[in-house]
Amino acid sequence: MGNVPSTVKHCLSSEQLLLDYPWLKSWLLEKKDTTTHGYPECVKIVEVGPRDGLQNEKEIVPTEVKIQLINMLSGTGLSVIEATSFVSSKWVPQMADHSDVLRGIQRAPHVRYPVLTPNLQGFQDAVAAGASEVAVFGSASETFSQKNINCSIDESMVRFEDVINSALEKHIPVRGYVSCVLGCPHEGYIEPAKVAEVARRLYELGCYEISLGDTIGVGTPGSTSKMLQSVVKEVPPQALAVHCHDTYGQALANILTALQMGVSVVDSAVAGLGGCPYAQGSSGNVSTEDVLYMLHGMGIETGVSLPKVIEAGEFICTALHRRTNSKVAQAQSVKF
Amino acid sequence: AVFMENVCSRSRLYFISLTLDTTTHGYPECVKIVEVGPRDGLQNEKEIVPTEVKIQLINMLSGTGLSVIEATSFVSSKWVPQMADHSDVLRGIQRAPHVRYPVLTPNLQGFQDAVAAGASEVAVFGSASETFSQKNINCSIDESMVRFEDVINSALEKHIPVRGYVSCVLGCPHEGYIEPAKVAEVARRLYELGCYEISLGDTIGVGTPGSTSKMLQSVVKEVPPQALAVHCHDTYGQALANILTALQMGVSVVDSAVAGLGGCPYAQGSSGNVSTEDVLYMLHGMGIETGVSLPKVIEAGEFICTALHRRTNSKVAQAQSVKF
Repeated sequence: MGNVPSTVKHCLSSEQLLLDYPWLKSWLLEKKDTTTHGYPECVKIVEVGPRDGLQNEKEIVPTEVKIQLINMLSGTGLSVIEATSFVSSKWVPQMADHSDVLRGIQRAPHVRYPVLTPNLQGFQDAVAAGASEVAVFGSASETFSQKNINCSIDESMVRFEDVINSALEKHIPVRGYVSCVLGCPHEGYIEPAKVAEVARRLYELGCYEISLGDTIGVGTPGSTSKMLQSVVKEVPPQALAVHCHDTYGQALANILTALQMGVSVVDSAVAGLGGCPYAQGSSGNVSTEDVLYMLHGMGIETGVSLPKVIEAGEFICTALHRRTNSKVAQAQSVKF
Repeated sequence: AVFMENVCSRSRLYFISLTLDTTTHGYPECVKIVEVGPRDGLQNEKEIVPTEVKIQLINMLSGTGLSVIEATSFVSSKWVPQMADHSDVLRGIQRAPHVRYPVLTPNLQGFQDAVAAGASEVAVFGSASETFSQKNINCSIDESMVRFEDVINSALEKHIPVRGYVSCVLGCPHEGYIEPAKVAEVARRLYELGCYEISLGDTIGVGTPGSTSKMLQSVVKEVPPQALAVHCHDTYGQALANILTALQMGVSVVDSAVAGLGGCPYAQGSSGNVSTEDVLYMLHGMGIETGVSLPKVIEAGEFICTALHRRTNSKVAQAQSVKF
């Protein structure tokens, strides 16, 4: 707005600004506001960068880099960091080193490290590697289930029941994911009632939390609201999480809507790791940095240090030879 | 296992041209989009755009259903070389019926040049930050109000409506935090001088739903929400969340720029204006009427990005154009 170029010409370059007013940077990153009415006081962030993020990155990441990323994230205040996936390396080469990663990380106290276990074999491997929390992922779309895990929704539930029962016997908590909750790359529109049904089934099987994933990022506050209205009839909002993809730039608006409806758990990935395989070149996961910036600006407690997450993001982006997808991280790192 | 398959183009187009949903409760039924790409967007682009390209961009936007397109700025070419061709642009565009083409007029000289070139709506821009006002337009807020009064009086004599902008409403690159009461005061003064609408600009994009809400709570005590607009920058990725918050508080006018044109001069390499495409996608998905065709805006965005040799800042446009 206004004669902006003349400002830059007249006064200070942005680099000079930050040199002269170093407090400005910390003000932007640290300032917390009093809670905005109608939102939860606290939000739990589930960091999915090391799993969902890296899984969708083209470049194979060395095991030690994955371990270092998780170790850095363990020092940020995050309480849940999804570490890896015990899926066949034939399908997901990026996760082939799952056991080494899980064994190699320095587990911080008060931090949980769930791992994906799509079937009983994966679950047993995970337990052997020391897993203390696991996750299963179902789909609200029949076609997506077939193409993604080669079976129908009903058949997948049978598999999950085996995993969940085995897990609960060992007192290992299980998180349930539902994909395609706001749209499917094959079927298009997904009925909210279908999402509610799949969420309910996973919840009744014993999952302590159900993460609702907008897999292709097509959701808006409109569809998010409708979907959640259906789901909360079957699963209490305290047991729900939203896993928004930012492919269409809607993630933060959708998260805001979910928070207004009583959801207080948000999945995100450091640096917005992981593209969208359904829209080449587009973004996937919403970035943890941008989510934190929003929540802190609203006075919502997360327990997480934004500057430390930015640091972890810079580390992994350097290792991946890519730019961050986080706008906060971009804005904060002034280029010279 | 993840099965990597591109979504078929039919599915993707389905989402872009999604039939409007029934209105989500608690939001306005209609939102007016003020397209600022040709002015605010291009002004902050490094590459100087030829006059004919600017004209073609505006002509394309004129066919999208947009009802307000900010065409250019009658500011000295010494300060803003990108807008040096302001008169040629305003004279050269094909004005569509039912579309208005406001132009920025920072002072009386600019206003007179604008009228000579056929302007039928103008805009003035104040600041909620004293320091920003000094550094941006070389005068204090009070002094700027005197200038604006001249412009507004001259405009109203000619029955030319005037829009008022307030910059730095959620933070200033120099002063940092800006008191909501200060924003309200500047907005009120512009409104009382005769501006029909006040656009509240988060100039450096630092706002969040928290600060947006607080600021608007102050402003609506001085200016009715129907006369307010939000001009959110997406530098920290907060724009859509802030817009959503503003809509919940009764604001129903949103400024945006096709393709998210225009970077942020205060954070090099970062984005500035929120993209019209992403705003439309959100509003339409909420059942809110805008009268604007998203596919046509995407087309205009593709045109200007090609001309500027740059990628679009719009995530919707990126997602919709699948690369092979």
